[in-house]
Amino acid sequence: MDSPHGLAERPAIAIRGLTRRFDDRVAVDALSVDVRSGELFGIVGPDGAGKTTTLRMLAGVLRPTDGTALVAGIDVARDPEGVKPHIAYMSQRFGLYEDLTVRENLDFYADLYRVPRAERPARLERLYAFSRLGEFTDRLAGKLSGGMKQKLSLSCALVHKPDILLLDEPTFGVDPISRRELWLILHEMVAEGITIVVSTSYLDEAERCDRVALLHEGRLLALDTPTALRGSVSGRMLAIRSSRLRRARDVLRGAATVRSAHLFGDAVHVLVEAGVRDEEALAPVRAAGLDVRDVEETEPSLEDVFMRLVG
Amino acid sequence: MNPVEVEGLTRRFGDFTAVDGVTFRVRRGEIFGFLGPNGAGKTTTIKMLTGLLPPSEGTGRVAGLDVRAERDGIRERIGYMSQKFSLYADLTVHENIELFAGLYGVVGTRYEERRAWVLEMSELADAVDRLAGELPLGWKQRLALGCATLHEPSILFLDEPTSGVDPVARRRFWDLIAAMSEAGTTVFVSTHYMEEAEYCHRLALLNRGRLIALDTPRALRARTVDPIFRLETEDAPRAVQALVHAPGMVEAAMYGRDVHVTVENETTGVDTVRAALAGEGLSVASIERVEPSLEDVFTALVRAEGGAVVG
Repeated sequence: MDSPHGLAERPAIAIRGLTRRFDDRVAVDALSVDVRSGELFGIVGPDGAGKTTTLRMLAGVLRPTDGTALVAGIDVARDPEGVKPHIAYMSQRFGLYEDLTVRENLDFYADLYRVPRAERPARLERLYAFSRLGEFTDRLAGKLSGGMKQKLSLSCALVHKPDILLLDEPTFGVDPISRRELWLILHEMVAEGITIVVSTSYLDEAERCDRVALLHEGRLLALDTPTALRGSVSGRMLAIRSSRLRRARDVLRGAATVRSAHLFGDAVHVLVEAGVRDEEALAPVRAAGLDVRDVEETEPSLEDVFMRLVG
Repeated sequence: MNPVEVEGLTRRFGDFTAVDGVTFRVRRGEIFGFLGPNGAGKTTTIKMLTGLLPPSEGTGRVAGLDVRAERDGIRERIGYMSQKFSLYADLTVHENIELFAGLYGVVGTRYEERRAWVLEMSELADAVDRLAGELPLGWKQRLALGCATLHEPSILFLDEPTSGVDPVARRRFWDLIAAMSEAGTTVFVSTHYMEEAEYCHRLALLNRGRLIALDTPRALRARTVDPIFRLETEDAPRAVQALVHAPGMVEAAMYGRDVHVTVENETTGVDTVRAALAGEGLSVASIERVEPSLEDVFTALVRAEGGAVVG
């Protein structure tokens, strides 16, 4: 762990062979990942991929079955209490007290984390500034909208200035406007030097991370920047529109030139080899007597990457 | 007569107008998306359309029936599936189907046929004796869809039907919806997830109780929104801070280590961005125009209409 370059080179989180079994089910399977200091790191994957289990182990609330995780240099399995001053962990069901006001919730967490009284006013002001909760300090937490509740949860987690922030699906159930605001807040935290690990099941959110770990059934499928992940899909991605979309997709799936075909919105996304021209790709659709409204080359999305790796 | 016809639909609660003079039509077989941030009036509108809440003003006809006077007739003709799944977690797959068939009066040979259809459509034939509560999320959603369509409704109401599932399960679900739509079922989807909006034929956007846009996803995306540029710079967090406070900027946010900046004026935008960054001693390694996403369009339209309700 001691590197010749000093502490700055130490990863914020070093995960080696991290595994968690529940009876005969392996929720997280030999995960090895370094999260760099100051990074906004995304854990992306469907329901049941192991995202929550991984975050709970990193937060020191769940013991690994195997492997190690060093969080801020501390082994979470050996010293879960030692990790806690360095991190903030916001679970999916973060414990907001619905019958306490916004202000009372923040005070409660400030007490819990033993934030010195003298530091509190400045800290709260900062949290109100980004969360826009300042206007609602006397409102009961239970009476806030979903987006505001998430912002209050995040504020409570941040009340003690952690080095590392662990967030489990912070935007679940939050509308797009509030979602954007939450991401702006996360980027402000990163600008302040905080390392963030955030899980999400939305691939469009993964685009906002520095690096992304794609998890599926407890295993790491891919780990890279969003740009590099998108670049890993070789060949051409075409968006084909037809009035008989599903038929067009079925026909394309059977074609030799086609590597994959999926419905996406009002188009079929078709992946063909790099050398295949539009008309060659369309030939099976036309041969089946289906109309082609238009065809255009499109950039593969992270969703396409995921479908390639899983589907 | 269209399956859904709404004219000047309004609902007040005391002096608060939740839905304000909304007018639209949904065509037969259409997948119609109903979008809006929390508090926009989506749920109130759906409650009126499904006969759960009488309108204060205006008219609504669903399957040709008046939402005020013919509520019972409407219930027989519609299917409803919510994000909270109207399933009984402690009943098996088979028992759930049986229960809903009883509720909808689907009996005898028709029951046998519909049950077989549900099991085939949802691919749950091998799971009939499993408890619904123990199924993976994607399976639950397919079962809930089956239960909501046992009585072959001509109009299907879906409330955020695929939130939280992975792209594979989501695509499978929407494949089923596309098949029902092709067979003539009208599908009314309420959501704030752009992933779901992408699958709709047309989208209605609601904000503060009013309809602010109604068009196809493609046409909405093609609408002139403020131009968005992606830029690379040496310090993205600082760049965002510099840009959000600069004149002529609408929004700035990080995407990984890139910055997406929305400017008011296309022609002067690039120069304004460069000047704002130069003022902070930052340089621009590259800058290029990017296509707006559906979420960008959504955010811009809501912003133009006075922003979302906060609180």
